[in-house]
Amino acid sequence: METSVENSGVTRSDLPLRVITSTPGAIAKAQSRVRRSFRQIRTENVFRQTLTIMGLLMVILVLGILLTLIVQSMPSIKALGAKYLWGKTWDPVQDVYGALPFLLGTLASSFLALIISIPFSLAVAIFLGEYFPNGWIPDFLKNTVELIAAVPSVIYGFWGLAVLVPIVRTFETHIGVSAIGQGIFTSSLILAVMVIPYAASLGRSMIQMVPSQLKEAAYGLGATRWEVIRRVVLPYTRSGLFAGILLSLGRALGETMAVTMVIGNTSLMPTNIFAPGNTMASVIANEFTEADKPVYLSALIELGLVLFLVTVVINVIGKKIIDRVTND
Amino acid sequence: MEIGSVKYRIGKSYGFKALVTVFAFACVVPLLFILFFIVRQGITKINWHFLVNVPKPVGEPGGGIINALVGSIEIIFFSALIAIPIGIMAGIYLSENRRGRLAYWCRLCVDILQGVPSIVIGIVAYFWIVKPEFTIHIGFLRLHKSAGFSAISGSIALAIMMLPIVIRSTEETLKLLPSSLQEAAFALGVPYHRVIFKVIIPVGIGGILSGVMLSIARITGETAPLLFTAFGNPYLSYNIGKPMQSLPLLIFNYATSPYDDWKNLAWGASLILLMWVLLLNISTKLITRKWKVQL
Repeated sequence: METSVENSGVTRSDLPLRVITSTPGAIAKAQSRVRRSFRQIRTENVFRQTLTIMGLLMVILVLGILLTLIVQSMPSIKALGAKYLWGKTWDPVQDVYGALPFLLGTLASSFLALIISIPFSLAVAIFLGEYFPNGWIPDFLKNTVELIAAVPSVIYGFWGLAVLVPIVRTFETHIGVSAIGQGIFTSSLILAVMVIPYAASLGRSMIQMVPSQLKEAAYGLGATRWEVIRRVVLPYTRSGLFAGILLSLGRALGETMAVTMVIGNTSLMPTNIFAPGNTMASVIANEFTEADKPVYLSALIELGLVLFLVTVVINVIGKKIIDRVTND
Repeated sequence: MEIGSVKYRIGKSYGFKALVTVFAFACVVPLLFILFFIVRQGITKINWHFLVNVPKPVGEPGGGIINALVGSIEIIFFSALIAIPIGIMAGIYLSENRRGRLAYWCRLCVDILQGVPSIVIGIVAYFWIVKPEFTIHIGFLRLHKSAGFSAISGSIALAIMMLPIVIRSTEETLKLLPSSLQEAAFALGVPYHRVIFKVIIPVGIGGILSGVMLSIARITGETAPLLFTAFGNPYLSYNIGKPMQSLPLLIFNYATSPYDDWKNLAWGASLILLMWVLLLNISTKLITRKWKVQL
């Protein structure tokens, strides 16, 4: 029987010679065994290829998303050009499309949310990473903060609409601006709560990675607990904390439902932080199914494209920083 | 270092410790507020009638959310069906190929996918599945028809959102397994696919399962991608080719409506959605603790 098994590179004739009593039955048995191992090898190769295809599929998926957005926003890019981005008026009825109010609304609400949330997420990170890494109270805090990220955004929006909007309205009457309640400020408050977990959990793991020799050296020089945190821990983890804040920003920029429900939804330029407005995500959510003209629809998709590109850049930079910090 | 008396510096240190503690625990307050408020508003609305009826038109009290419950379960079931096999396989690919150009790009794309705003996924799913027109030939008749809003398009949009979480957790879990496990199986002459299915996946099942549950918890509350895909439906529907209601869509539509009856439905639905998501998250935590997986 001269069967060569390709993969091992060993042919039957290389093996020490054995005398096999070759009855037809024994031959059939040996043949079926060989056939089976060939089948196994074939399945193995198919399986390996399937895995590779699945890996490739992710790349295709992201490229497909990018390509779809570019192709579908082509009519608006051609018709409106670059002035789309700094046009101040958004009036689909008159066929005037300027995205500046939404860009401003997005930036204002996201950065305001970041500013509000940073002290809290930093405090959680320091508390869990440095002061109390173990124990049931820190465990409780850690799990609760993680649950903040689990609550669906539509529930944040509903709660904001029912509870936060009246409170902000009272506050606005007190400080003497037009009391609408819905507006950029309200959506920043909701966003601030929603993005705390992202910066906090990354910050915590970064702070825990600070080598204890560094801290002990500072203690040895007579530094107090706070001085160690301020002079050693925070400078050492600076880029990690920055990455966490960047990821929070990415979340805040793309957040749709909670913002849509409390921002007031107007396409006018926001004049102050209490004014109602619209973010890129909320205007897409509101007007996408109502867009009746091709340019209108495609102008909305161009907003989606901008949003996609911005979040991709933010996430890739954040990821690169994290990789660099954790590999050092 | 600052100049000052030792007492002042120690006092300052304690002061900041207190400040950090206060700020850290202040984060819990809004969550407790929200939980408390949703439970208080929702608990009185939920009863048997609420769970088995479709919403009534405006002006008629009562009505329920059976259409949204059925829709949510069906949409999530089909997204899980799509995303879990693809996600686990891609995760295995990434853990088996630590280096390599394709693995690098794949990992980058998974990271990007994780950060893509859900509304953008909704737009893309709309153009991939809802918008395309197809032609039906019936004898000599030719009908041009757009696919239209459908539950399955919503499932696909949500599946895209599930993928990065499933892939990441699978990869991270399998990376931690000792390579001796795989080598022992290979040494016995076990083919590659059987090593994966009979050794690697069973050992890492805890981590993979918790990733799957986390991803389901995440998409359960997603509204934005469903706005342009599943679209919502005031009636009970089981057909995945037709528009379908889901819990977050119902909450969004009824919460922003001016009618109290509808708002009450939305409060009840919020409580159910919140319980569902929190239960999934907490049981994931328990699984993670039991199997000692690191995520």
